[in-house]
Amino acid sequence: MIEIRHLTRVYDGVPVVNDVSLTIGTGELAVLVGTSGSGKTTLLRMINRLVQPTSGQVLVEGVDTATLPAHLLRRRIGYAIQGHGLFPHRTVAQNIATVPRLLGWPRARIDARVDELLALFQLDPATFRNRMPHQLSGGQAQRVGVARALAAKPDLLLMDEPFGALDPLIRAKAQADLRAIQQKLGTTLILVTHDMQEAVDLGDRIAVMDGGRLLQYDHPARILTQPAAPFVRDLIGATDRPLRLLSLKTVGDLAQPGDAEGPAIPPEATLHDALAECLWTGRTALPVQGGGIVTLDALRAEARPR
Amino acid sequence: MPRLWPPAVLFAMIGLAGLALPLVQFKANRIVPGEGVGLAALPHGPWVMLGLGAALVLACPDRWPAVARLASAVAGLIAATLMLGMAASHLPPAGNSLARVAPASGFWLLVLAFGLMVADAVNRLRPSLALRWVMLAGAVALAAGILASGLLDGVSVMREYATRRDLFGREAQAHLALAFGSLGLALLAGIPLGIAIFQVRRWRGPVLGVLNILQTIPSLALFGMMIPVLGWVAATVPGATQAGVSGIGTFPALVALFLYSLLPVVSNTLAGLSGVPAPTREAAVGLGMTRAQVMAQVLLPLALPVLLAAVRIVLVQNIGLAVIAGLIGGGGFGTFVFQGLGQTAMDLVLLGALPTIALALVAGIALDLLVQGTRRGAA
Ligand SMILES: Nc1ncnc2c1ncn2[C@@H]1O[C@H](COP(=O)(O)OP(=O)(O)OP(=O)(O)O)[C@@H](O)[C@H]1O
Ligand SMILES: [Mg+2]
Repeated sequence: MIEIRHLTRVYDGVPVVNDVSLTIGTGELAVLVGTSGSGKTTLLRMINRLVQPTSGQVLVEGVDTATLPAHLLRRRIGYAIQGHGLFPHRTVAQNIATVPRLLGWPRARIDARVDELLALFQLDPATFRNRMPHQLSGGQAQRVGVARALAAKPDLLLMDEPFGALDPLIRAKAQADLRAIQQKLGTTLILVTHDMQEAVDLGDRIAVMDGGRLLQYDHPARILTQPAAPFVRDLIGATDRPLRLLSLKTVGDLAQPGDAEGPAIPPEATLHDALAECLWTGRTALPVQGGGIVTLDALRAEARPR
Repeated sequence: MPRLWPPAVLFAMIGLAGLALPLVQFKANRIVPGEGVGLAALPHGPWVMLGLGAALVLACPDRWPAVARLASAVAGLIAATLMLGMAASHLPPAGNSLARVAPASGFWLLVLAFGLMVADAVNRLRPSLALRWVMLAGAVALAAGILASGLLDGVSVMREYATRRDLFGREAQAHLALAFGSLGLALLAGIPLGIAIFQVRRWRGPVLGVLNILQTIPSLALFGMMIPVLGWVAATVPGATQAGVSGIGTFPALVALFLYSLLPVVSNTLAGLSGVPAPTREAAVGLGMTRAQVMAQVLLPLALPVLLAAVRIVLVQNIGLAVIAGLIGGGGFGTFVFQGLGQTAMDLVLLGALPTIALALVAGIALDLLVQGTRRGAA
């Protein structure tokens, strides 16, 4: 569990992070959103003490991080930097092995861990182990960056706009992979993004920041339906709100008994996908694979705040 | 009319001028001016002239293959050198040990023309890094082989060498010790200084400012200043003389070369470290490396190509500058240069100058290859 208590950072007399408090449960994925310059990166970097807080505390599993040597703390906290920051003079395997080597793991354990992570991120170890970073595509480099951050099985992973440089298709895939890996490993994760849709898709909770202040910290559905400030509503985008709400639930959640015409939709598709399918094919109900249907009326009801 | 390769045309013009000018100077003894003797006046000379002329002209069309260019250029260099040796053994009348045969303008222009042709041909061939090393080693071995064969023993410079064999070996050692020693000292002091001003920004201005001023002092003036200063240190500080400090000799020469080397080493260390992308540096810190680990494992390896570029600059510069040490009794090839100037014996001057040039050339090329090697690794 990560507890952030009254964290403040002042630059040249201006607070860029201003009295922020929030708690992230073990295994949760929290997303920080906000406009450019709202203090997201600064907040993230105070957690691993790349930036020294002016005041306030960060507690990891109840221990005040200010009491630990900074470099030892950082070896326990994975950090995937914006634009991956891979070491250009080291191979993929050496990059991933950075923290285990700092921790003095035995050679065999490091090699096994590197191959395990490469496989987890769908990079064939035999092909990629000895590549240099400049021989990777943007998406591959990004995955290696995350693999490096996860190498020493950190309790906590910090990610600063990890998908910023990826094209939409690879981005969606990378997001899905990250979610799956995070759930599998049970890692607590704090992720910074500009993209509200990404925040809604990935976050267990979303923290909305503006001008260094935390405006709202809540589950995605509550952020969408009960924005705590006009700024939060603007950030969500009034026109996209119903669609984002639909993307939070899957077809399986809404299936009801009945019969419908046409091709069936998988139960793990989102309601957003189901609505798109209804509109595109002109149907008012879709059969769900494995039984049941989902109706346009039910979708409509789900797209409104309750 | 085939398309021409302009550099080759230039080389041909230089080479043809060389063919027209005297190949050697024939002198009654080592200090009087002599008379020029052209290639045509030597045995087989006209044929060699024809061959060299053809090699120069044939290389002018753009489509002349690079391998042929390289082969004919190397052949040209060898031919010109052998003709020089032949002239030296052929021209003096039997039994006359005072007469001297020295290379003249024609020879130098031929060497220049074919040397440029070699460089140009190697450039066009784009050999792999390994092959470049082999070529460099081959060139050095070839030169050493020709010198050792005795074919050039009659040439004036080699006659000067023959009477100073032991001295030459010692001065060569002294020259290398000055050039490499000052480089080593500059690296030892300059890299830590570069790291320090990288980490403490406000020291940058003062440190670089002082080194810049040092760099602008002319070398003779620096020696001039050092003689009284170091002389005073040697006379007043106890133990300084025993430690080798003195106003003249090797010590001030080493200090001067060291001071000239500091600016390139320090500023390239700073530039190399500053050139490491910020995300890379932040990633290193963020992953939990200590300051020393960030420096040793990330910053310095990535700065290495820029650092090696400094080593190249300093080494080539110091091999040349070390000649000046000859003026203040510091030893090295400069000893021959200044002795020769004093005796107006150009052959003796050449005995100092030629090895210096060769050394600088080989060191420069070798370090270029080294830099390319590390660039490839880090790119
Ligand atoms: N080292 C620093 N010195 C002075 N001001 C800084 C420093 N670092 C950040 N700031 C300021 O703090 C504010 C917040 O910066 P921060 O990087 O946390 O924003 P961000 O929310 O991550 O923005 P973005 O979405 O553009 O990455 C900005 O106004 C920035 O100019
Ligand atoms: Mg940021």
